[in-house]
Amino acid sequence: MNGMSSFAPATAEIFLATATCLVLLADLFVPERRRALTYWLAMATLLGTAASLLATAPEGRIVTLTGAFVADPLSQLLKLFTCGVVAVAFLYARNYLQLRGLFKGEYYVLGLFATLGILVMISAHSMLSLYLGLELMSLSLYAMVAFNRDSPVAAEAAMKYFVLGAIATGCFLYGTSILYGVTGSLDIGEIARRAGELDGLDIHLLVALSFIIVGVAFKLGAVPFHMWLPDVYQGASTPVTLFIGTAAKIASLAMVIRVLVEGLGAMHASWADMLVVLAVLSMAIGNVVAIAQTNLKRMLAYSTISHVGFILLGILAGTSAGYQAAIYYTLAYVIMAGAAFGMIILLSRQGFEADELSDFSGLNARSPWFAAIMLVVMFSMAGVPPLLGFYAKFAVLAAVVEVGRTWLAVAGVLFSVIGAFYYLRVVKLMYFDPPTDAAPLAAPLDLRVVLSLNGLAVLALGIFPQALVALSMRALG
Amino acid sequence: MPTSLPLLSILIWLPILGGVAVLAVGDRRAALARQLALGVSLLAFVASLPLWIRFDPTTAAMQFTERAPWIPAFDAWYHLGVDGISMPLILLTTFITVLVVIAAWDVIKHRPSQYFAAFLVLEGVMIGVFAALDALLFYVFWEAMLIPMFIIIGVWGGQRRVYATLKFFLYTFLGSVFMLVALIYLRFAAGTYDLLALHQLPLGMTEQTLIFLAFLAAFAVKVPMWPVHTWLPDAHVEAPTGGSVILAAIMLKMGGYGFLRFSLPITPDASHALDWLLIGLSLIAVVYIGFVALVQNDMKKLIAYSSIAHMGFVTLGFFIAWRILGNTGAADGIVMGLQGGMVQMVSHGLISGALFLCVGVLYERMHSREISAYGGVANTMPVLAAFLVLFAMANAGLPGTSGFVGEFLVILASFKASFWYAALAATTLILGAAYTLWMVKRVLYGEVANERVAALTDIGRREFLVLGILALAVLLLGLWPAPLIDAMAATLQGLADHVVQSKL
Repeated sequence: MNGMSSFAPATAEIFLATATCLVLLADLFVPERRRALTYWLAMATLLGTAASLLATAPEGRIVTLTGAFVADPLSQLLKLFTCGVVAVAFLYARNYLQLRGLFKGEYYVLGLFATLGILVMISAHSMLSLYLGLELMSLSLYAMVAFNRDSPVAAEAAMKYFVLGAIATGCFLYGTSILYGVTGSLDIGEIARRAGELDGLDIHLLVALSFIIVGVAFKLGAVPFHMWLPDVYQGASTPVTLFIGTAAKIASLAMVIRVLVEGLGAMHASWADMLVVLAVLSMAIGNVVAIAQTNLKRMLAYSTISHVGFILLGILAGTSAGYQAAIYYTLAYVIMAGAAFGMIILLSRQGFEADELSDFSGLNARSPWFAAIMLVVMFSMAGVPPLLGFYAKFAVLAAVVEVGRTWLAVAGVLFSVIGAFYYLRVVKLMYFDPPTDAAPLAAPLDLRVVLSLNGLAVLALGIFPQALVALSMRALG
Repeated sequence: MPTSLPLLSILIWLPILGGVAVLAVGDRRAALARQLALGVSLLAFVASLPLWIRFDPTTAAMQFTERAPWIPAFDAWYHLGVDGISMPLILLTTFITVLVVIAAWDVIKHRPSQYFAAFLVLEGVMIGVFAALDALLFYVFWEAMLIPMFIIIGVWGGQRRVYATLKFFLYTFLGSVFMLVALIYLRFAAGTYDLLALHQLPLGMTEQTLIFLAFLAAFAVKVPMWPVHTWLPDAHVEAPTGGSVILAAIMLKMGGYGFLRFSLPITPDASHALDWLLIGLSLIAVVYIGFVALVQNDMKKLIAYSSIAHMGFVTLGFFIAWRILGNTGAADGIVMGLQGGMVQMVSHGLISGALFLCVGVLYERMHSREISAYGGVANTMPVLAAFLVLFAMANAGLPGTSGFVGEFLVILASFKASFWYAALAATTLILGAAYTLWMVKRVLYGEVANERVAALTDIGRREFLVLGILALAVLLLGLWPAPLIDAMAATLQGLADHVVQSKL
């Protein structure tokens, strides 16, 4: 490796792990009233991680650490995006946590550990490192959900998340062990080679594949493995929901690509049919059940489920255009979801969560600017052009039409028409109904500015979609 | 024709950016917002005039074209251009928007800057629909239109505005998504989103039929054709006056435009095979909806149904092409049908807009759209009565008004197709006169119905200006339609030659 140490491609992860431990230590000695220091240290850690990612940008694909770790343009893109998203989540969370007496170092330290887990998953080239990353992320997230310990709802959500998450990782591990039995390796490259040699309908491989897909579907929140998602989204405090809804989705996407596409790509014909079922059910259940929700976080949870259906559509197309569309969709979704949860945080204040749909009534009268931001985000999620969400849906639809599965595209657009209804309802509440709450918005400036930029990004990337599309395409070469 | 200025881009983006500026001015400086909105809409109108003046009517090719990469990753281009079909519709858009801004001047008290901004953004997006020559770009504009209209009906509408605007949005959205799938399919069949290339793309019959039906879902909802018209009366009734005007005058035309730009040239054989369906639906719209209009008690609803009936004429004129060819063996009748449909679209844009504005004037004063709440208005509002009678006559197709030209051309063309089509279509001359004039009679004439009518004041200078300009336009187009017909001639001839060629 022409003089480069085999650890060099993992510099960012090593930096993040070390710095997070330092933040944890430093936080012990920071007095309560100077707690903001932890926040700034966490932000600096993310910045340093991003900087070291940029400094070690791989040209082409590097597999290192005895085959456990891969650095490629895809990992580079997803990791940088993760760092950015986590930084935005931290920023959105600060004021929320301060107002509720939750502004402890733990949120940030756990968040950084979860980020480390996500980065490890993104770069996994072995089932073992993938599993390690997955567990690191999941355990940190369980603790973050339970973090508001006085809230019984949060405790219940954490319990549910933990038990179902354990089943999911159990399934994944079981599938992995069978896969190891069949292929004799945990190395994803080696698995791909062996799976290619075997008959695609080999029963052992199919059993392994089924269990792995169950595990992945749990993490993604695809129907029928979605039961935990609405409860966790609603029960967790909004900054944690934001984290689960954005950064963790990137990790799930990475998991799908590393395992299904890179590892078991030879079995595409088998898993594509499984994903068809998951995708159609997710789009159907997600969109229909979201209509019945009165809680915005719960509604967004079901909306996530339907978006996951779309992401799976891109994956199951099985072409590089399809994978690119899935990556593009995920990044677009993360930007939109970040803005949507950011809006809930913006409207909330001490003793008031602003997570009911009715809390958005008459927002146009209270703040035309933020009502417009939410309008853009809602129309974008509904897939109305010229907003970001439309092009994401479009890319996925084009990918499935290209492989001749036009009926899936028709199903997709029909469900998005159903979905449009509940997004429109939010717009209706903000614009057509009188306000029920006259309190002025009292969010700090940094939250306002970043949230505005986040919302404008949804609009700007809709009028000029090329930038993000090109990034997603370059990630897969 | 080389042009130094990117005229179409200016026409699209000037109103959109102007709308953003009006929004930024805000409601607290409403007077400034109004003036700015008027300035922007006037500027857009003036900027659209060169399209007409420098238009070359001798060619069917696209003019004022612009082409730049937009999303290279999807192979989508920012490709604009106009021909004889789209140029008059763009002019209609800029013209009507100016009138809508003036008509709303001090009528809109609730959030005026947002109101004006919504209409300006809508104007830019609608021009984009007519100018786009890239299928994806077209779709983006086509759908983007729904956002401002959703807000316009929902915020400034009447009692049942939420129901009406949701119905409007979901109906049109549902229709359009099928078109999206069809466009994506075409992209992989042709390797491009370029509309002109899609026109030349050979397609099998099954493909054509499915694509035709997908297009039909989008355009029939927009026109709207029976039986997917039910959103329109609701949307019209609940929308504020300006919203009704834009809906009737321009948005409905997009359905007709879609037939001319997509269905006919891309899937000519399916259009041929299914023309019985379209002709049937058009005649149902003309006859049945005409009767429905007769029994309406609500003025806006009556005009809405009248719009559906008149748009039936447009689709009839477009789809009788193959019957004419089969009957006469000559293609010149086809052009007449297409011309009739196009003239009808422009003329209906002016007349229905004017009628909605007249009703808006009455509604502002009386806060009722019920015909029975009025009676003898001519006694207290003679000037308005004169205008309303003129527009009602035009709506009924009186010779000398623009309403006559389009209907006459379509009926003439349908005679070449079949006597019975013409006979059924001609019932509109009776039905149209019946429902419009009966409404006029009940509203304007007779004894003064009640004290509120007695207390009415006639239209002011601003209202006179708006209605007067529209009256001039209606008469001008009725007496001297040649400039419009000449501008379209070459394009429609090219289209007629194209659609009779089988793609199989």
